[in-house]
Amino acid sequence: MSGLPPYATTGQRAWYYSFRVICGLIFFFLIAPIMVIIPLSFNAQDFFTFTPEMLSFDPAGYSTKHYEDFFTNSDWQLALRNSLKIAPVATLLSVSLGTLAAIGLSQSHVPFRRAIMATLISPMIVPLIISATGMYFFYSNPYIPTPFGKIELPFTLTGTYIGVVLAHAALGIPFVIITVTATLVGFDKSLTRAAANMGAGPVTTFFRVQMPLILPGVVSGGLFAFITSFDEVVVVLFVGSAGQKTLPWQMFTGLREQISPTILAVATILIAVSIALLFVVELLRRRSERLRGLSPS
Amino acid sequence: MSELVMAADGRPLKASLNRALRRQKLRALALIAPLLIFILVSFVMPIADMLFRSVENEIVGDTLPRTTQALKTWDPSADQAPGEEVFDALYTDMALAVEYKSHTRLGSRLNYEKTGIASMFRKSGRRVSKFKTDVYKDTFVAADAAYSDAGQWERWMSDAEIRANLPVTTDAYDGWAKMLVEAEGDVPGEEQPWNFVYAALYQDAVAGAELPIAVDVSAIEPVSISAQFAAVDDSWLDPDVWRTIKTYAPKYTNGYFLNSVDLMKGAEGIEQRPDNEKIYVVLFVRTMIMSLSIMGMCVLLGYPIAWLLANLKDRTANLLMILVLLPFWTSLLVRTSAWKVLLQQQGVINDLLVWIGLVADDNRLQLINNQTGTIIAMTHILLPFMILPLYSVMKTIPPSYLRAAKSLGATNWTAFWRVYFPQSVPGIGAGCILVFILAIGYYITPELVGGTKGVFISNRIAYHISSSLNWGLAAALGTILLVIVMALYWAYDKIVGIDNVKLGG
Repeated sequence: MSGLPPYATTGQRAWYYSFRVICGLIFFFLIAPIMVIIPLSFNAQDFFTFTPEMLSFDPAGYSTKHYEDFFTNSDWQLALRNSLKIAPVATLLSVSLGTLAAIGLSQSHVPFRRAIMATLISPMIVPLIISATGMYFFYSNPYIPTPFGKIELPFTLTGTYIGVVLAHAALGIPFVIITVTATLVGFDKSLTRAAANMGAGPVTTFFRVQMPLILPGVVSGGLFAFITSFDEVVVVLFVGSAGQKTLPWQMFTGLREQISPTILAVATILIAVSIALLFVVELLRRRSERLRGLSPS
Repeated sequence: MSELVMAADGRPLKASLNRALRRQKLRALALIAPLLIFILVSFVMPIADMLFRSVENEIVGDTLPRTTQALKTWDPSADQAPGEEVFDALYTDMALAVEYKSHTRLGSRLNYEKTGIASMFRKSGRRVSKFKTDVYKDTFVAADAAYSDAGQWERWMSDAEIRANLPVTTDAYDGWAKMLVEAEGDVPGEEQPWNFVYAALYQDAVAGAELPIAVDVSAIEPVSISAQFAAVDDSWLDPDVWRTIKTYAPKYTNGYFLNSVDLMKGAEGIEQRPDNEKIYVVLFVRTMIMSLSIMGMCVLLGYPIAWLLANLKDRTANLLMILVLLPFWTSLLVRTSAWKVLLQQQGVINDLLVWIGLVADDNRLQLINNQTGTIIAMTHILLPFMILPLYSVMKTIPPSYLRAAKSLGATNWTAFWRVYFPQSVPGIGAGCILVFILAIGYYITPELVGGTKGVFISNRIAYHISSSLNWGLAAALGTILLVIVMALYWAYDKIVGIDNVKLGG
């Protein structure tokens, strides 16, 4: 594909270029919907399409009033605060537990490895609506199952901050497990043995030798977990109450009930966030590959 | 015989190695355990709870324990309502259920199976405390004032001999006393029993039981409880209603599952639902067909892109990869709102088509709130999940194979179809299963751009949880969906291996 040989026939040339055009169109399909949002969010009118003023690049056609609305409207601000309160805690929970488990899973002799792995990955595979249904039932009335019947617990998790955090942490765990185990594949075990040989305890070895090397994987797993929670709407819709209304929830109700152009401003901000995240993850991936290249595999 | 090899500490080497291995296993498990417990509690138990709810049906037996017991002897094939003893039991059950406020819940539960029952229960609940059964109480109290003494009742009811003599009364009194403590916060020893307890006492007396203080009950004109229920709602005499109650009396039921495949329990076993109530099979088929078409669209659009990325120079490919990864990282809600904005009748795409002249201004295309909208938006959302596995497989196919095929005389098409394509099939398989699994359980996007025709089974599940409150049916529908997804997951694990799931290229 890289380059057309000089002896190519007209048909081959035609195919070569039309294939590129087709690919260009598909790339356009992928990226255009996201990019269209950005100029539309600066619309001075409350419309969802380009006004004639915007098309003629008249400055009067553009304004930042939807952004102002986002930063002053109490509903949106509450949603933003909730999102920022829930996602980091859920991420912390899934990263700390997930990293430990990934290290455990990467040992050479783990009984029931496949079954454990399948269980840990399942929150990613089970459709969100099913997870949300189950969590809604169970969190509203948690119990301990025993052979003699249920022992009902005297509290409820639905509509609480803790409930939403637990649910989101569970959803983020598969991503941490996948990225960290992938990083650990390239981890040279003789390094930990060398550290132990030189007198370091397991804790020192973990924090001074292993952790710095697998850190890129841990951070990118954490970013995945963060974006999962930050972006999640189905589970929070079921498990949370109005007090836990997050940004995606507010967008969801906005899109379903009275659609306001403020959503486009929020969307643009979120696109900026995702570009930043993409950038960080790419950097981490390259760094991790470089580190891996240094150690013999 | 060779001598046993010893480790440094003097044990046999084999035992020593085994011990080390065991320690290693334990250490690995200790590292995994916290997360495993966390996932079991926060995720696996909820799913198990949902599976359980899809067959659980304790509400009928819990709310009407005496009635379901009395119904056991009733023959549902007989074309008449059960006898007076069932109504007597219902009187006690209903009077108690009203205090627990559980009769309306039971009414709506049974209403899923037979319309009209909810209103019967509601109406009867309002009237049951005013049933004209005062005659029993008045007779007993008139015969001996001890019968109106709360403390005396409590003493009687803690006497094992009297309890054995008066089974119906004991049962009614216990239920009443329990309700008084739990629902009202009162002390049974300070409250005079309610009418239904006296009605139960009368039943015992008529049956010939020895009363604590003898009372002549032959003078009492018995009150027909069934007539009083029928006065509230004459459907109580309809054998169909009783058949429904009897059918759903057991603790476990397959009724929700039958309902999710448009069947129901009739008088003679399982039968088809009426045509106007058949929605779930259609919905499952539609979910499947739409997920398949989304999957097909993703292969169609993803294959050329993956090919291009796999065959370009690394630098260019990495740049173009950003165009794939950016949508992948962008919030689902952002992408859905983008499509909602673009596809509207007054939206950008229609504006563009009108401006080009393809579509008349008064005849704008209906692109949203139907299946087209769902398919377009979801193809866009799931396309990266097809491209990424395809790309990672294509990256491993050496380009020299194609050159070799061509140098052996194959045309471009033959070389691609016979040499390249078969090697990329694992990537197609992985991508297809991934996209299909994700598509089949989607909720947000169909809800926002699907209208009524473009919704999936997930939307119905959500509806039953938040609007119709038919949780059992939601759980049954969810279970079916879960089984389908798990089967696909298993296939995915066989083909690709869960360990090989990659994120972000």
